[in-house]
Amino acid sequence: MAFLNQTVWLLWKDLLLELRRRESLLAMFFFGALLLFIFHFALDVRPEKAAEMAPGLLWLAVVFCGTLGLMQLFQAERENRCLEALLLAPIDRAAIFVSKVFFNLILMALLEVVIFPLFWVLFNLTAWDRLPMVFLYGLLGTVGFCVVGTLFSALTLSARGREILLPLLLLPLLIPVVLATIRGIEIVLRAGDFSEALPWLHLLIGFDVIFFTAGILVFEWVVES
Amino acid sequence: MERVERNSRPGKTLGILALLFIIVGLYFALVHAPPDAYQGEVQRIMYIHIPSILTAYLSFFIVFVGSCLYLWKRERRDDILANAAAEIGVLFTALTIVEGSIWGKPTWGVWWTWDARLTLTALLLIIFVGYLMLRSLIEDPERAAVSGAVLGIIGFLDIPLIHMSVYWWRTLHQPPSILRPDKAPWDNVHPSMLIALAINFIAFLLLYFYLLSLRIRVGETEERIRTKMLEGAA
Repeated sequence: MAFLNQTVWLLWKDLLLELRRRESLLAMFFFGALLLFIFHFALDVRPEKAAEMAPGLLWLAVVFCGTLGLMQLFQAERENRCLEALLLAPIDRAAIFVSKVFFNLILMALLEVVIFPLFWVLFNLTAWDRLPMVFLYGLLGTVGFCVVGTLFSALTLSARGREILLPLLLLPLLIPVVLATIRGIEIVLRAGDFSEALPWLHLLIGFDVIFFTAGILVFEWVVES
Repeated sequence: MERVERNSRPGKTLGILALLFIIVGLYFALVHAPPDAYQGEVQRIMYIHIPSILTAYLSFFIVFVGSCLYLWKRERRDDILANAAAEIGVLFTALTIVEGSIWGKPTWGVWWTWDARLTLTALLLIIFVGYLMLRSLIEDPERAAVSGAVLGIIGFLDIPLIHMSVYWWRTLHQPPSILRPDKAPWDNVHPSMLIALAINFIAFLLLYFYLLSLRIRVGETEERIRTKMLEGAA
């Protein structure tokens, strides 16, 4: 119970900070919207092709914005040596990890709630009824992204050139998530047979569970000084 | 006063053995084994292609083991081992991709295709280049070792998942012709081809362990210099 309590308090601290400063979320929103415009200019997406390209483009926007958010994830802890203070506090290290994962997850879910409908509007997609399903499926992929992303955001804290190193390490490891999410969303969008999406769904859930567990186990080493 | 041991015997013997096996292996691969029935002479690249990717896999497994051991016991030599294995693994993976391209151009007509196994090998290369970058960009050697170990473990855990996803995504590679469940190896491959492959595999293993022992010695020397400098500074 103490663990849960600590996690909730840490999460509340991060949410409060974000609420006051609004640094990550606003940057992610604007970057996401901007990306949709850039996609349109770069690819000249016509309405009849939009549904076909939607899964890939949507997920690209999520991954890029998410990476942007990850850079900021431990920013508050970096300033004024707050990380050391946090580590000195009688808190389970894993609670820090879990709270950061959930904080990141909340940010990205909020981002998706805005970006997905915006995509539908900008690219004239008509299948509004599938939007909730796309969102739910995307959320599973987002969990995988947040889990591995949080771990690597912490891992690269003391590295030089962190901004470039983080996506470089993260993106190849996220290939299963990227493939599974894009394929899954594509099947949802063309209202395909659900059994088609099943192996991808299993893979996604497996990825989430494996790395959430691994993250909790190794996080202690990641933040030790 | 500790003496720095020079060219330790086992390392040297390993090197000479590797050289011998490479020469014999080349003879078997280029002269003794018959050309492939369908692919002709080009197929001979297989004799170094398969050994180099198997050695690379072995290397990444050693990175994983070294990383686990380091996090558990905190002995410098485990970290040196993991780092050395990652470096040589990157080298062998890169070699595999280059060899594959050289073979792919006359056989498939293209240098590169988005086939599952090719993509997987390229991703493996990218992940472990990332490992080396991470280590080189962290100033504090202790931190670099721990971060590297964590990445080594996470990366290794991810490989089966990447493998699965990329495989489902696309499969176009020629099916394995030696390890087939329905036939024994000697049934569908000419025996002298198998001999050539086995000798080259041993040659690559010997070469690999020779390089590994050299790289470990470099790591240990670096370690010794750093301790000396720290002692001097104190």
